[in-house]
Amino acid sequence: MLSKFFTLLLFVTVNACAATPAELLAGYVSQSGQSANASKGETFFKANHGQDWQCTSCHGQSPTVGGRHASTDKAIEALAPAANPKRFTDNAKVEKWFRRNCKDVLARECTAAEKADVLAWLITLR
Amino acid sequence: MHSLYSHLMRMLLVASFLSVTTSWADSYKGPLPPAVYTQECGSCHLAFPPNLLPKTSWQRVMNGLDKHYGSDASLDVATQNQIDTWLQAHGGQGKRAREEPPQDRITRSAWFERKHREVSGATFKRASIKSPANCTACHRDAAHGDFEEDRVRIPK
Repeated sequence: MLSKFFTLLLFVTVNACAATPAELLAGYVSQSGQSANASKGETFFKANHGQDWQCTSCHGQSPTVGGRHASTDKAIEALAPAANPKRFTDNAKVEKWFRRNCKDVLARECTAAEKADVLAWLITLR
Repeated sequence: MHSLYSHLMRMLLVASFLSVTTSWADSYKGPLPPAVYTQECGSCHLAFPPNLLPKTSWQRVMNGLDKHYGSDASLDVATQNQIDTWLQAHGGQGKRAREEPPQDRITRSAWFERKHREVSGATFKRASIKSPANCTACHRDAAHGDFEEDRVRIPK
């Protein structure tokens, strides 16, 4: 019982603290129960999903460069970890932005598989 | 002679006082916002000075973050409460917060429209500006509360 508690505590602590993009990807892959597909991620990122905005509206066509917010024009830093080492290192922040931005782009939250695909693609970019 | 001199000095003093106070009248000089405000509100737009809206407007903005001017800006409860508390403590101070503008948009306030009456709709729509909400396009140091008229540079 106690060991179960400590395993849970460790899990929660690891989730709250700094992570690497590869760890976050592994988390989404295990949640979805299927392997990540980077090329599907690229298609998903560049596609329109029936709303005014798509991922590229703010993040730009190239995630190694960055973009500008579609309505406020605020500069948005590069999303690819190779270009911006701060990206995908904080689980809570990543989850917050997936939740919000998926609702803007798809009018629903993204599935773990979709997050895994996009992140897998972003990790391949150099 | 003496009285003329002292009269002149007094006039000079009043004039210099007026010029100093008017030239600083457009900037925000209230307490600095907490990091959470700059971080959360400032990731998509300028972390607007809290004196630009009355408290009731800030309250409505904070209660509708999931539908925030066309975008989902929802926060976790703890973060939302922190920002809400700060805005209710420091928001709505001074002359800019006397009215609740339509849709609680700072840019729809009467004072905002008056201050920007020389800026045409076409200018606001320039690719380098996009929207009246993009303060930093023309007020370069808006992030530090600097909205002084003589430092405005309107990009082409």
